[in-house]
Amino acid sequence: MVTVHDPGTGRTRRRAAAAASAAAAAVLALAGCGGAEGGGGATGQTLTMWTRAATEVQTQRFIDEYNKLGRNTVELRVIPNDTYLQQIATAAGGGNLPDILGADVVYAQQFIDQGFFADITDRVEGLEYADRLAPAHVDVATSGDAVYGVPHTLDLSVLFYNRVLYEEAGLDPDEPPESLEELAEHAARIQELGGGVSGSYFEGRCPGCILFTLWPSVWAEGGDVLNDDGTAARLDSAEMEEVFGVYRGMVEDGLIPESAKQENGSTWISAFEDGDIGVTPMPSTFLSRFEEGPDLDIGVAPIPGVDGGESTFVGGDIVGLSSTTEKTEAAWDFVSWTLRKDTQLSVLGGHSDVMARVDLSDEEAVAGDERLAVFDSLVPKGRTPKSVAFGPTFNDPQGPWLTLARGAVYGPDLRAALETNDPKVDESLGGGA
Amino acid sequence: MTPTARSRGRSPVQARTRETATGLVLSAPLALVVTVLFAVPLVLALWMSLNDWPLLGEPAFTGGDNYAAAVDEDLFTGAVWFTLKYTAFTTAILIPVSLAMALLVQRPRRLTGFVRTAFFQPAVVGLAAASLLWYVIYSNEVSPLGSLLRTVGIGDGSIDWLGTPGSALWSTILMITWRFAGFYMLILLTGLQAIPDEVYEAARVDGAGWWRTLRSVTLPLLRPTLALALVLCVTGSVLAFEQFMLLTSGGPSNSTVTVVMAVYREAFTLLDLGVAAAMSVLVTAVLVAGNVIQLSVLRKGDD
Repeated sequence: MVTVHDPGTGRTRRRAAAAASAAAAAVLALAGCGGAEGGGGATGQTLTMWTRAATEVQTQRFIDEYNKLGRNTVELRVIPNDTYLQQIATAAGGGNLPDILGADVVYAQQFIDQGFFADITDRVEGLEYADRLAPAHVDVATSGDAVYGVPHTLDLSVLFYNRVLYEEAGLDPDEPPESLEELAEHAARIQELGGGVSGSYFEGRCPGCILFTLWPSVWAEGGDVLNDDGTAARLDSAEMEEVFGVYRGMVEDGLIPESAKQENGSTWISAFEDGDIGVTPMPSTFLSRFEEGPDLDIGVAPIPGVDGGESTFVGGDIVGLSSTTEKTEAAWDFVSWTLRKDTQLSVLGGHSDVMARVDLSDEEAVAGDERLAVFDSLVPKGRTPKSVAFGPTFNDPQGPWLTLARGAVYGPDLRAALETNDPKVDESLGGGA
Repeated sequence: MTPTARSRGRSPVQARTRETATGLVLSAPLALVVTVLFAVPLVLALWMSLNDWPLLGEPAFTGGDNYAAAVDEDLFTGAVWFTLKYTAFTTAILIPVSLAMALLVQRPRRLTGFVRTAFFQPAVVGLAAASLLWYVIYSNEVSPLGSLLRTVGIGDGSIDWLGTPGSALWSTILMITWRFAGFYMLILLTGLQAIPDEVYEAARVDGAGWWRTLRSVTLPLLRPTLALALVLCVTGSVLAFEQFMLLTSGGPSNSTVTVVMAVYREAFTLLDLGVAAAMSVLVTAVLVAGNVIQLSVLRKGDD
């Protein structure tokens, strides 16, 4: 091994590497022999984990901290958001699922239904902080009485507003809108500034973005969007019509840029970052991605209903053990470690990311972060819809939801768009299971 | 070729056996590739289409259920009509445009080499890259196209390129024409250059004008090449995917969903592999039948 540092002898290095990996394999084998039940030991393993790009930053932070402990080595593979489902499906078909699998919360039920996740009910219930995990996430990771995952990263929909534009328009930057009506009024005031500034925004071609930002207003009004088991929708409700009505009005009044009609989510962040948008709901995880400056000073507030109230869409990812992993103990060692108090505070809270537990927002490490406090206060109030057919119905651009939403905002008749398409959504929710 | 010409110097039987053996040996590698990469997957897809095929777990035989589900799926049947419409429009525009371009650069003149290269350039851009490029060109936010058109007096600077079913279809066809015209020009050019000059001279001596020459000399002699171009164009259009996936995502209101997009959704969004396989088998059957008809019509009279 002494010659390893010699750059001239590739062969020696290869031999050393081979020796090292043989030694590592021996260690792994030993660890395997001494391991507990469920296949493989709790330490000394190399684990594979997949996550979608949306949570890469947070997941990588978890893994870097964990790997430093020397218990196991987690290797992360990040997959683009749009192809995550396809990659998982292909891997499952070929028997190549990773040990640890992340899932967008809205796909959690579909993943469980397809059998991608292992049942970890006893393990989750055995955690001393089991009752302090983000409730909406635990709910979507549950099917029947069985639990298949735990909260991993949280992404909430909240109002973002540009304090710079608020001041220029003569609005008080410390008083964000408390109702959608007020939001439209603020947007109209900001629109008057001219110079390419728009009052608000809408993601006209991104079905997932629209529901993420719009449903909280319905919930804030006390309305429901899906029934309890996610097999039918109430998209023709009075609350839904009122909420769409406000957005429709803003489009008619020119408070939303023309280009938003073609927004498929890819330029969502840059539109606001340029400092040209007044006030609009966005994902909380965008906050750390924005570069604030003289044109952009961000304030955050809860998403209100048409007349008041507040709610949020608790998005983000859950994480679970894949149904095919043989390294159950080691994989659970990592997953349970991510939920410990210290880990949550250092990896998530310390970086202004919403924590997966609801009991930590008063801790010293995160006190004083006002925007994070707004996010944290919303977690218990927020909801995450639960349906096996959520993805194909709502997130897929070819699903019936996008047709409904575009019809409601840009079509000739709001009421007709809701009434025509609601049955199609019901059919998709019932038929896709 | 006549048997006598082929068997010169050997007895016909000997030569034929030898030729057969050589033929078998030479075609074996290709046959192997075709078997592994085409025949086996095709049989698997057929089998898959007759089963309920979960991602994890054992498949269960369901007979024709998947086919019934496939033709019952509104998105799929809608996609079939849209794809046929798109194929008809694309072919009707692309082939004449390519032929015109090929005729333009048929004879070597000044700048012909340059023009040929220029015409062919878009064909070296990947289809996905080309689609993304045009996605930006069609975006009113960043594209110079709108204001460019306004300065020449067309539109008011913000044209809704992808916002309505009609504009989405025609914007895509425009992009596809840009991307593929040079490619089909090249194919047709090889056919044009195979036509002997003597034929054109004879036509000139007979006093045929440009139009008459095109109709009675060029087009008939170009028929095999045209057949190839047509088959490629129709097949490519029926299997359209990237351009619509990237430019329109099938929108607005699912008005531009192609057959392959419907299959993709069935397989990778709904995760219903059995029905997706049934759809694929149907598309394959239609394509094969279409190609057979097309080739037999176009080859009629060729000897």
